[in-house]
Amino acid sequence: MSAADVLRRLGRALTDRLWRLGFASRFMLMTLLYSGTALKRFQLTMREIYFTGVLSLIIILVSGLFVGMVLGLQGYDTLQRYGSSEALGVLVALSLVRELGPVVAALLFASRAGSAITAEIGLMKATEQLSAMEMMAVNPIARVVAPRFWAGVISMPLLAGLFSAMGVLGGYLVGVQLIGVDEGAFWSQMQAAVDFRQDIMNGVIKSFVFGVIVSWIAVFEGYDADPTAEGVSRATTRTVVTSSLAILAADFVLTAFMFRGI
Amino acid sequence: MSPDPLVEIRDLNFAYDNRAILTGINMTIPRGKVVAIMGLSGCGKTTTLRLIGGQLRPTSGVVRVGGQVVHELDESGLYQLRRRMGMLFQFGALFTDMSVYDNVAFQMREHTDLPEELIHDLVLMKLHAVGLRGAHHLMPAELSGGMARRVALARAISLDPMLMMYDEPFAGLDPISLSIVGELIRKLNDALGISSIVVTHDVQESLKIVDYVYFVSAGKIVAEGTAEDIKHSREPFVHQFVWGEIDGPVNFHYPAQPYLQELHEQPAKPNGWWS
Repeated sequence: MSAADVLRRLGRALTDRLWRLGFASRFMLMTLLYSGTALKRFQLTMREIYFTGVLSLIIILVSGLFVGMVLGLQGYDTLQRYGSSEALGVLVALSLVRELGPVVAALLFASRAGSAITAEIGLMKATEQLSAMEMMAVNPIARVVAPRFWAGVISMPLLAGLFSAMGVLGGYLVGVQLIGVDEGAFWSQMQAAVDFRQDIMNGVIKSFVFGVIVSWIAVFEGYDADPTAEGVSRATTRTVVTSSLAILAADFVLTAFMFRGI
Repeated sequence: MSPDPLVEIRDLNFAYDNRAILTGINMTIPRGKVVAIMGLSGCGKTTTLRLIGGQLRPTSGVVRVGGQVVHELDESGLYQLRRRMGMLFQFGALFTDMSVYDNVAFQMREHTDLPEELIHDLVLMKLHAVGLRGAHHLMPAELSGGMARRVALARAISLDPMLMMYDEPFAGLDPISLSIVGELIRKLNDALGISSIVVTHDVQESLKIVDYVYFVSAGKIVAEGTAEDIKHSREPFVHQFVWGEIDGPVNFHYPAQPYLQELHEQPAKPNGWWS
């Protein structure tokens, strides 16, 4: 392959990706524009909140508990070397509400709910259900896409909050109940050190942004999927891979803005 | 033919990525009639339906439905028009997350403010018309192919359209379901006073029920006429098609290089490392 060929391929790959990004942005704009139905007939969105949010509860709660328990073990091991094992509560809570809660919950949400949304919309396309809806004068973006998008955006911060809460509980169980860190110190230091606006609200903002990212990618990949078995499977994979990378990249940018110099 | 046809297609051309799919199509669908568009798979029949429904835009030429030029309508105009069209998709395209009842009620709930008691009666009437009132509680996955097609038909007529479009309504049905669906198309057309377009390659079944036939081959209309005309047509393509002959203007063989030459050639390289 000559150098010109390599260059041509690179250029082609780049323009293809740019074109797709533009298409995805227009799709997002259309979704926002046609969100009236999803918000006015809120039971449509409620139904999707059940499928994406409520059914993700188990994996989110169990993972949160275990992540918190591991934080308790590892945190204690490090802190006790400096004689400050009472700060375990602070360490557990801050790691969870600032970082692990929003990020790990979003990664789990992408693989549990994002992939399901992509597969469902992709299969609806492959079996002409979206086409049929269009022919019945019902806009599929308003009726199918927008409720799923908003359900994801609404569910994500709630799930991240529950993840963090379970994590703190896990840290408490291991740190206080199992290892024997002082209970009063655990809770009071946590209460003193965790700032509502600086820590908790920033965590909520993060998980809201991740919710938008995952839901956007999931509905777009489903709507854009090739209407074949292979096309839907590839779209589902792309949803998980792209949204995981996007979550981690966005997390770095958001953290840089939120917590610099602290 | 009646002076004021419901659907009128004039000099219609449609190309996809510079590949011509339809060229110079002229069709007239008179009110109250069942018209078939026949041809081989992939000859542009379904594309014609999508152009009538406004899901595709013609490259040139016009499609008029009820006097309106479809591709000149704005979105709300197009949606208004579609409310008066029903379309039966090849495999029914039922919403798999809704029951039979909810599928049929879908358009009534989306487009009207009818009270739920009235919708209940209307849904049962539509389902009764296709003989599936007893199946209203089933999910689409529990239906056979023929039943799914009939539910989709009940859904398509739920808002009493003026035009029904059928995309391969006979594909993959057993002989009994085939006759039922054929019979339903004719009966609903006459009882409800609608006009119907049937896209199909099932000659024997459709010639029993249609008033007029257009034959499409490679994106062009090659023959048209009443069912009787078509049966006795001398046009070679139509003759081959109607009588299912293996050779004729449509070759058995896909275009290829001369046989001997290709046998002497080196085999083509495999496509990828996995083959």
